[in-house]
Amino acid sequence: MENRPFRLITSGPLEALARTLEALLVVASAPLSVAELAAAADDDEARIESALELLAERFVEGRSGIVLEHVSGGYAFRASRDEAPACARLVERPVERGLSPAALETLAVAAYLGPVSRPDVARLRGVAADTVVAGLVERGLLTEAGREPGVGGAVRYRTTELFERIFGLESLSALPRLDDLGDDADSIRGRLEAVAARRGA
Amino acid sequence: MRAPDLDLDLDTFEGPFDLLLTLVLREELALGEVDVAEIVLAYVERLAARERLDLEGCGEFLVLVASLLELKARDLFPDEEVDLSELSPEEAADELARRLEEYRRLKHGAAWLAERLEHESDRYFRLGPAPLAPRPERRLAPGRPEDLAAAVRALAEEPPQLSLAHMGLRFPPIERFLDRFRATLRRRKAFMLDAELEGLSRLEQAAAFLAVLELRKGNEVRIEQAAPFAPIRVSRLDIERSSEWRTARSA
Repeated sequence: MENRPFRLITSGPLEALARTLEALLVVASAPLSVAELAAAADDDEARIESALELLAERFVEGRSGIVLEHVSGGYAFRASRDEAPACARLVERPVERGLSPAALETLAVAAYLGPVSRPDVARLRGVAADTVVAGLVERGLLTEAGREPGVGGAVRYRTTELFERIFGLESLSALPRLDDLGDDADSIRGRLEAVAARRGA
Repeated sequence: MRAPDLDLDLDTFEGPFDLLLTLVLREELALGEVDVAEIVLAYVERLAARERLDLEGCGEFLVLVASLLELKARDLFPDEEVDLSELSPEEAADELARRLEEYRRLKHGAAWLAERLEHESDRYFRLGPAPLAPRPERRLAPGRPEDLAAAVRALAEEPPQLSLAHMGLRFPPIERFLDRFRATLRRRKAFMLDAELEGLSRLEQAAAFLAVLELRKGNEVRIEQAAPFAPIRVSRLDIERSSEWRTARSA
């Protein structure tokens, strides 16, 4: 067999559509949903999904320097993990660099309970959240999402698409459930009562 | 060791404890941002380094820290003050346990995120500005070719000649009216301007009015008008003054 150069896409109607999707994903700076791809490619969503499967087979870890991933409710290209050291020498990652424990706790509140206001975060964490929230908004990980009901209600915040991308989440529903800690309230209460009893003795 | 002498090195503040208290009381430092536990730790460490236990100093520190905690609690939960104070001890313990449990869940969430961030640290992707918004389609307003032709025709028409008639107007000299009014005032002590203007053109009336203003400027006449648009009375000023003088003398 002739040793031909590597071809990403062969000919055929679906392959032509896959080439179009490749082009769209290369120029986009944010994940594109199936609906957005269908609108831009002027094709129907079922065919878009089939073409995406073709691309996913080709752009996969270990096979290509570019990987197609399903993230933040859409599809996007990213660099292969194998090439991370080279990428690290070329670009910085200022958004996620140096995220403090306080910032991660605030992100957790917004991701699990969002949209939340600064007083909500302060009530849960026991520390004022103004500086942390402002920092996360500046990094693009939180964004304003309306106000609490009533006149002069506090601004509410939710996590952004960038948050989902950085944490590699298909959506917020991909966050793990936290209700397997159900008996903690009882054990904490027991410990509190034990401390109170010792002090009373 | 006295509490005010305690040197602190916190995330939000560096300096003596009494300065921290002053800044908090002046509301120049948000108490919500201050980690009170760090202050207690710093004090305990300093205390451990000393051989003698200063009970009075410890008591003072406890009172100050308790006050700080109370202020911080009020600061963080301004709306809940009443609700919490109405709780029985059991209910308060339940509420505290509930909140601690809520916080514990949150800590688990944050720990998961930290782990995830570590795991995803080798994922590089393009970060750029938001995609361009779709361009709105520019549509021309519906129109008829005849209307366009009419508009062009209107542009092609010669504009009407501008009238330069006003440039030929001759303004009568003000001196003429100055002489006339001075002569009148030599004969009479006052006159009504409206009567003097009768039969004059608009330009002559304007010149006459300027002449009256000129006389007023030279302090030769007094101008009186009872109300806006009422007849204007112009009187000789030396006559007016002498009558005022006479009035003052007789009084």
